[in-house]
Amino acid sequence: MLVYGLINSAVLAVMALGFNLTFGISGVANFAYGAIYVVSGFLTWTLINHLDLPYALSAILTIIIIGVFGGLIYKLIIRRIRGLVISEVIATLGISIVILEFLRYVGFIGFKYSLPVFIKGSVEIFDAYVDIQRFFIIVLGILLITGLYLFTHHTKIGLAFRGIAQEEHTSLSLGINPDRIASFSMGLGSSLCAFAAIVILPLGTITVDSGYDVLINALSVCIVGGLGSTFGVIIASFIIGYAQTITATYLSPHWTIIVSLCAILIILAIKPSGLLGHQKELEERV
Amino acid sequence: MKENYRKERIARGIKARSDDIYALTSYREMWYLLFPRLIPIVGIALAAYFLPLYWKKVAITTCVFAMLAVSWDFLSSCGMLSLGQALFFGIGSYTAGSLNHYLGLPVYLTIPIATVVGGLLSTILLLPVIRLRGIYFAMITLILPLMIMRLVEATKILGGTEGLTGLSPFPNVWVEITLILAAMWASLFGLRRFIASDYGLIFVSIRDNDRATMASGINIYAFKAQALFIGSSICAFCGAFMTHSYQFTGMPVFAMEFSILPIAAAAIGGIGTLAGPLVGACILVPLSEFLREFGTLRIVFYGFILVICVVALPEGIFHYASRKYNEMERWVKLE
Repeated sequence: MLVYGLINSAVLAVMALGFNLTFGISGVANFAYGAIYVVSGFLTWTLINHLDLPYALSAILTIIIIGVFGGLIYKLIIRRIRGLVISEVIATLGISIVILEFLRYVGFIGFKYSLPVFIKGSVEIFDAYVDIQRFFIIVLGILLITGLYLFTHHTKIGLAFRGIAQEEHTSLSLGINPDRIASFSMGLGSSLCAFAAIVILPLGTITVDSGYDVLINALSVCIVGGLGSTFGVIIASFIIGYAQTITATYLSPHWTIIVSLCAILIILAIKPSGLLGHQKELEERV
Repeated sequence: MKENYRKERIARGIKARSDDIYALTSYREMWYLLFPRLIPIVGIALAAYFLPLYWKKVAITTCVFAMLAVSWDFLSSCGMLSLGQALFFGIGSYTAGSLNHYLGLPVYLTIPIATVVGGLLSTILLLPVIRLRGIYFAMITLILPLMIMRLVEATKILGGTEGLTGLSPFPNVWVEITLILAAMWASLFGLRRFIASDYGLIFVSIRDNDRATMASGINIYAFKAQALFIGSSICAFCGAFMTHSYQFTGMPVFAMEFSILPIAAAAIGGIGTLAGPLVGACILVPLSEFLREFGTLRIVFYGFILVICVVALPEGIFHYASRKYNEMERWVKLE
């Protein structure tokens, strides 16, 4: 169970990072996140099964395409309404619904859609069989977090990201184009989402409904950890990941999503800025 | 040519207009005020009473969604951006359904009880997060209906996934229509009058600047709770009504559609007017009946409308129409 909890936490962390990145930088809560997750799963599936591309190539292609797609969503829609909370929420939710329900309409329903795992086989730890793919997720999650940290702290564009996140007007005067950075962050967030989808989805089947679940999980991890704080996301994903595993073991898998929802409720009621959120945001948003 | 002319807009308005009571001096003025209000009243009533049975049901659904949209607009004009009208709707529906199913209460009792109890339950459920606003409140309200859905699924209470069936229906379709029409007009005009009163002014001030409202010694959380109660009661009424209309309640009452369609209606009609969402619902619901053959593609269509409206037409139909109605435009030659 300890191992499963760790794996679940890693999955949640990978899922939530992209959402958190976009929110922290452009301040846009991307309600279309779950939809992007599902789309990237289906896109990879289509690339593999209909265009007969090799697995690695189609995964990379998906990540690139989804990244561009996220940037385009920002350029075309969100840029015009940025700052208006109602419009942002409605528009991203609208996009999410368009994508998910369109997929449902086109016929991506059922159990035949699943991605192959990277590495087959499983190992035995503490009397429990664990797929190697799950370990792969942990490793990739750690790599991703490190990479993201290096990116935001040591590259020029990453530093611009952080500048925008902290003080938009000052960054403007330093010659940073906030629109470009925000659309880039949206693209990067979407790419991360696609990455998470490709890594996680081989464990199960791709369904339209999982889009909503992913959105809820990403939201809960980000809220509990504090929106915009990467370290908070990691801690929160551990908390929620273990809580979910424990409930799934002792109650039933039905309850897992309820746990994350309860976590959101409790955190928002007690400390709305999240565990590691900034105090400034507490004053601004609550 | 345009260099020499400019467009002038003059308020068409009536001659004498005091703050609250209109001082009317002629039939023309009365007609001017009455005309835009009479069109929807007469139109919807005609549609509801005289069309064939199928379209009667459509008219009833329109009224229900109009009420949901009006209540969404009311909540948003109190600064609470709700993405989960389905929550209030579903709670009302389940309350009425279980009262009828387990206790055998008649329709005339379950609906009023469900209205009040549903409103109270929703308010209590959202009470811990009433401090939140903007995106945070929206997230919570988006998530809560999904959560209750999972809870019903996991605990198998209240009929579980199958829901409660075989609830008692209305005596006949005329009662149904009259009830929903009366409720819709009461909620629309009541809320409009309510928002315009001194008491309603506090809600608007909370939306505009809650810090300042707090600083002037008003307990904004108490007022937000009251607004929540009013808004959710209306939705709970709709839920209870639909429950008895379909003689069924179940997990579909928490479906996304009940959250999205009211918002889409409000976005089309114009946010912040209360009458705009009604106009939007009157356009969207019959339209969705025509689109029924496309199945789930309808929801895609709502999503598109939402995005397009928010980006390209933020004003909404109602604002545009009322501006055109109340103003004269003419080209004036520049000196």
